[in-house]
Amino acid sequence: MHSHAETIPPDAAPPRLELRGITKRFPGCLANDHVDLILKPGEIHALLGENGAGKSTLVKMIYGVLHADSGVMLWQGKETTVPNPAGARKLGIGMVFQHFSLFDTLTVTENIALGLDEAGPMEALAERIRTVSERYGLALDPARHVFHLSVGERQRVEIVRCLLQDPKLLIMDEPTSVLTPQEAAKLFETLRRLAAEGCTILYISHKLEEIRALCSRATVLRAGKVVGACDPRQETARGLAEMMMGAELAIPERPPQAQAGAPRLSVRHLSTTSANPFATNLKDVSFEVRAGEILGIAGVAGNGQAELMAALSGETLIADATSVVIEGTAAGQLGPRARRALGLAFVPEERLGRGAVPELSLSENALLSGYAREPLVRGGMVHFARARAYAETIIKGFNVVAHGHRAEARSLSGGNLQKFIIGREILQRPKLLVVGQPTWGVDAGAAAAIHKALIGLARSGAAVLVISQDLDELFVLSDRISVLFHGRLSDSRPTHETSVERIGLLMGGLFGTPPDEDGEIVRAV
Amino acid sequence: MSLLRLEPRGQASKAMVYATPLLAVALTLASGFILFLLLGFDPLKALYAFFVAPLTSTRGVGELIVKATPLVLCAVGLAIGFRANVWNIGAEGQLTIGAITGGGLALAFYGDGGWWLLPLMVIGGAAGGAAWAAVPAFLRLRFNASEILTSLMLNYVALLLLNYLVHGPFRDPDGFAFPESRLFEADAVMPILWSGTRVHLGALFALLAVAGGWVLMARTFIGFQIKVIGLTPAAAGYAGFDQKRIIWFALLLSGALAGLAGMGEVAGPIGQINASISPGYGYTAIIVAFLGRLHPVGILLAGLLMALSFIGGEAAQIAMNLPKAITGVFQGMLLFFLLASDVLIRYRVRFGARRAVA
Repeated sequence: MHSHAETIPPDAAPPRLELRGITKRFPGCLANDHVDLILKPGEIHALLGENGAGKSTLVKMIYGVLHADSGVMLWQGKETTVPNPAGARKLGIGMVFQHFSLFDTLTVTENIALGLDEAGPMEALAERIRTVSERYGLALDPARHVFHLSVGERQRVEIVRCLLQDPKLLIMDEPTSVLTPQEAAKLFETLRRLAAEGCTILYISHKLEEIRALCSRATVLRAGKVVGACDPRQETARGLAEMMMGAELAIPERPPQAQAGAPRLSVRHLSTTSANPFATNLKDVSFEVRAGEILGIAGVAGNGQAELMAALSGETLIADATSVVIEGTAAGQLGPRARRALGLAFVPEERLGRGAVPELSLSENALLSGYAREPLVRGGMVHFARARAYAETIIKGFNVVAHGHRAEARSLSGGNLQKFIIGREILQRPKLLVVGQPTWGVDAGAAAAIHKALIGLARSGAAVLVISQDLDELFVLSDRISVLFHGRLSDSRPTHETSVERIGLLMGGLFGTPPDEDGEIVRAV
Repeated sequence: MSLLRLEPRGQASKAMVYATPLLAVALTLASGFILFLLLGFDPLKALYAFFVAPLTSTRGVGELIVKATPLVLCAVGLAIGFRANVWNIGAEGQLTIGAITGGGLALAFYGDGGWWLLPLMVIGGAAGGAAWAAVPAFLRLRFNASEILTSLMLNYVALLLLNYLVHGPFRDPDGFAFPESRLFEADAVMPILWSGTRVHLGALFALLAVAGGWVLMARTFIGFQIKVIGLTPAAAGYAGFDQKRIIWFALLLSGALAGLAGMGEVAGPIGQINASISPGYGYTAIIVAFLGRLHPVGILLAGLLMALSFIGGEAAQIAMNLPKAITGVFQGMLLFFLLASDVLIRYRVRFGARRAVA
């Protein structure tokens, strides 16, 4: 045995999983640098860190997707190597990924059978699914087709798939990023029950309040190294964030809104019909965004956000031109270029592959949308010197960490690329900015900078529309909040007159609830 | 674990982008060496006859340029389309139609030509090729039909049309029913640029196409849009680039250049319209485009190399009795090795087993 293990008292059970000196190097980056981690039986352990800190790499090695360059892994006290995910499942390690791998056109049972190493007959499996889902409070109908299911239900399919294999360690990667607050609360109950039965849970999340509520221990990674461990219940969210960043967190203030100005974007009775059977059609969506204000649209992914974004950007044209009015001009039939000319700027949810071309340099990516409102093209020829200067202005003005304007977009971290894209749009001095998921997967420092820039833009007189799944973000940013559910949009409410609970209920589809006092609604659930 | 393995590079290697065509050429030569050896020829002599001997005479160099001219003209246009994910496989047909329309003008004005006839034929040839390429463009945008299939199928239609014409309306009335047209009169023939060879005005057009193609892709906003559409169509939609316009542009431009090449053949080295105006230039141009990395300057070099394989194959047939198919074999090997060695752009080769986890 290694000397290290002897420090554990002989009567104590060995840890469920112990990692010693795990190192993983990718070309050009040291993703994990001598990481040590001990997970005890029955604990809910948080893995914290900013984007790129090495959390995903570490859990992928535990689950056998990647292999460590060096270091030791001990499973229940015994040295082990995990050759592949099937090997991990054999040991008793289950993982629920952030992005689900389900087939829309198959039933719950069929999907679960595909993910099991030994599925057995379908009827018996359906019965086992029913038993497990009842036992852990994960309501699920095995015969339903996946395309009927909400995102929360889809996640339950993934969790049940893991639970059927009787895991001793369950890894959850950002499980609540797609859930309403109420769904998240239910998930926590399930996780606590699992932990009480002795299952260890390794929990990865950006949401620090959740970690404080759920986890009893936390390991913090920064730049591939373990920089600390703590009991998150004893820390503040701000303290945890600063531990992750290794710097002080500047939380942006939202100054009170001056008088809201004239409407810059009016959407009236907007409905869409898509040829894609799995798209969510918009149904009679109406709202307005006025000069100087930020309107937030909340909602769980897949409720029509992508369709609304495309209808606003001009990537989808709308038959009734008057259902989208930008700066007084009926724009439903105008393409993205013409809408940009009217003063629209746009930050899509997918940064790499829509908002930026991965293989092109930052100066070329500055040109991508910058051509519309900046003098970067003259007589059909690109003015490369100006495109470079524009890229440099964005890089300086928004503190983008990159190797100058020649860096390829894909070489930037998610947060830096998002700062670049948002900078590129804001510096065009838009009259109307539409942003999808501004800080999804972005670390706390970059998120604060992005929020500050968006608030600054609105207070300088632009109208800003933010479509996000992150309620905390919407409450920081928005003057008014609406909720998108199944393609319908709720009426907006001033942010200070509503609450996370009430918006959460709307996100779950409880439209038309009488405007009782917030507390009563919560109790009613 | 294997002793040889591929490891992904963090970033595509710029050096390898330029090194792999050279590597492909080296591998082709090495394989050719072995091939000749197995066929019972002296490999060094055969390779010399194939690749070096043609370059030792003025006539040989001239022929090299004559063959490279249509290849480069077609490939520059194709490469611009390929950059935008527009897969025009129909340069052969567009070249044929260009020869028919350009050469048809020469026949139509036979006997009363003037200085204006050749410029008219240039325009006519380019317009014919562009019109032929407009068919797949229309079918793609109207019916979402793959331009790969439609442009390829139109090659056979063009060839049949040519056959019909040389057997019928275009046939030389004094030609004893041979399937070929009259010889073009002096006003309808491309001027020779290099006396003692057949190098004609088309070579200058090819150089202009290279320069123009470079300016288009490197400096103009249309070139930028083509790049973005080819790399990331969703980003092009986001930026508001009109993909339909770019598809039209790419197909019409490559059609016009191929048509120009075809007109240059009949008004240049051939001097009349007959049933065999192209030994497959339009297809070989696809190899040229990729071998030249879809870059105009690379295409110029690749076009010269492929032209060498044409005339080297002929020379080797005459000098050493090598089979005619050897030209196709060399061209095929070159493309094969190029595609195979392109894996080195994104991966590096490592020797030795992966270090096991301790």
